[in-house]
Amino acid sequence: MLVMPREPPSNGDKGMSISGIPAEDRARLAAHYRMMWRIRAFEELALDGLKEKLVLGAIHPSIGQEAVAAGVCCNLAKDDVLLSTHRGHGHTLAKGADPVAMMRELFGREGGNCGGRGGSMHIADFEVGMLGANGVVGANMVIAAGAAHAIKLRRERRVVCCIFGDGAINRGPFLEGLNWAAVFGLPILFVCEDNGFASTTRTQNVTAGPGASARARSIGLDAVEVDGNDLIAVDRTVRSVVDQIRAESRPMLVHAKTYRLMGHTGSDPAAYRSQNEVERQWLRDPMAAAASALQDLPQEELEDARAAAYAEMRRAYATARDTPFPPPDQAFLDVQDEGSPVQEAY
Amino acid sequence: MAVMTYKEASRTAVAEEMRRDPMVWALGEDLGRGGLYHQYLGLVDEFGPERIADAPISESAILGVGVGAAMMGMRPIVEMRISDFALCAIDELVNQAAKARYMFGGQARVPIVVREPVGIWRSGAAQHSQSLEAWYAHVPGLVVICPSNAADNKGLLKTAIRCDDPVVYMEHKNIWEVEGPVPDGDHLVPLGVANVLREGKDLTIVSWSDAVNRCVVAAKTVAAQGIDVEVIDLRTLWPWDKARVLSSVKKTGRLLVVHEAVAVGGFGGEIAATVAEKLHGDLRSPVRRLGAPRAPVAYAPTLESMVAITASMVADTVRGIVRGDAS
Repeated sequence: MLVMPREPPSNGDKGMSISGIPAEDRARLAAHYRMMWRIRAFEELALDGLKEKLVLGAIHPSIGQEAVAAGVCCNLAKDDVLLSTHRGHGHTLAKGADPVAMMRELFGREGGNCGGRGGSMHIADFEVGMLGANGVVGANMVIAAGAAHAIKLRRERRVVCCIFGDGAINRGPFLEGLNWAAVFGLPILFVCEDNGFASTTRTQNVTAGPGASARARSIGLDAVEVDGNDLIAVDRTVRSVVDQIRAESRPMLVHAKTYRLMGHTGSDPAAYRSQNEVERQWLRDPMAAAASALQDLPQEELEDARAAAYAEMRRAYATARDTPFPPPDQAFLDVQDEGSPVQEAY
Repeated sequence: MAVMTYKEASRTAVAEEMRRDPMVWALGEDLGRGGLYHQYLGLVDEFGPERIADAPISESAILGVGVGAAMMGMRPIVEMRISDFALCAIDELVNQAAKARYMFGGQARVPIVVREPVGIWRSGAAQHSQSLEAWYAHVPGLVVICPSNAADNKGLLKTAIRCDDPVVYMEHKNIWEVEGPVPDGDHLVPLGVANVLREGKDLTIVSWSDAVNRCVVAAKTVAAQGIDVEVIDLRTLWPWDKARVLSSVKKTGRLLVVHEAVAVGGFGGEIAATVAEKLHGDLRSPVRRLGAPRAPVAYAPTLESMVAITASMVADTVRGIVRGDAS
């Protein structure tokens, strides 16, 4: 296993600086930064939970991709709608979900977002407009189109954001969802969170052409590419794109290039790539990059972001661990209205 | 009470529900021109192209859009043309629509009606003729409806549109033009309530969809020969009217299940097994199933007819059962 640096480096990457950005943006970016640490801390605690056998099924960590989650989802309004992927903890937190309920769901406990019936791959929080992670790659492309179609039919001004991975662009619903959204002029932000891997396979080895943005442009969607490890760039891009989508009711695509620092699942050692490659990518860790870019902010605020995030997520972990499993009869809750599943159990 | 075709009855149901509830909208290929069988003919004139929406040939999107819109509070009627094409959207139906409410811990409802016409019709051949209702009855979360006549096609479709569960609604292509009396206004047929088409004391036939109509013909034939058959139209496969079936078989002591679908793994097996489990001591003869051989549906009439279930086959099977246990 790789050792993950938890300390932001004192001298991070050069290049990004907050200098010259208006004060209102500084507050927003600082909030994004705090969210990134909450995501990192949540997932590190979830991985601890996996080792301790508190997390029961597969989890898909997004460590290294936090700038996409924060830069995209923190720029949605509360009544905007989000659909995510199996690697969706970060998106869900950044849309406003409660980490205690999320950790309970990962541990299969009562009071989890889905009452322990979903787990990591089906986390949803409709209260904050998060209409679900999905265990099937690409499935949310068309469901997102439906959510946006409902918004359009009702003349609402909400935006749907559909995040998917680079592996999803080889599934049929990618094309079907993009085409549908374009034909009907639906207010959807499609975000390809391109981490370079389709499960354990390098996406470029199984994908023709340059990827999501090129495919989107080929059917007339405006698409923007952005460095997904650059919080300020993601923030700037997404704010501009969301404004256009809301004003013009049309789909657009953001292709955010990032890197999955962990394996496909929490138990995948990712031995199919070299230590050297991963170490190089750790030098691009978005946490460090954001800390560097925000270095004009008071250092104690940055330090506090990290410490507060770990304290919060340790509390979430402890609370979830101390919560009971759901009573067995809840296995038959919410199957459907028509026809009781219990009477059919022979 | 008006006399109208099975097709007109469905069109009436959709129109009435769209007038009643602005959240109801229909999407699918060719709907603006009435749909493949003209079962939506004229609706675009009343409701406009937004609510009677033409879709691209994108089955995953048609069904998936229905799921997403339903999760946002709409009540979509999703037209799949024929049930064979709906297989291109099996993920959207089985993994998404059927599971969303459960796996999201009750946060979601997916009140969609997925219309999937079924059955053998006009040499449709292997990819346009299947009856796959058993697949969906097997999936927790789904309601499965197979109407056999015009009145039910109005009453069940209206109920389906108001149902908060995802519904697989399987009309039979062969009876689009068959007329029948249809109640006016808010005619709602409840789910899980079978329809006894003919009362009898010697044998119970359980069937659904167009096959049940052939069973009624067969029952008349054998009645002339002194065999008194009760014919039950199950109407909905999930939920299914177990109480009605069990009470009928308890009375007659004999059961024949008839469906156009392939016999192997068909829903007839579920009914037969239930009756065998619950009524073993009351049976006068072994439970029988009549379904298609496990072969695709062919094109040429001489071949196609080899997998069809006809009234004379039903009558022969009934006579065989009744004579068999007398010998």
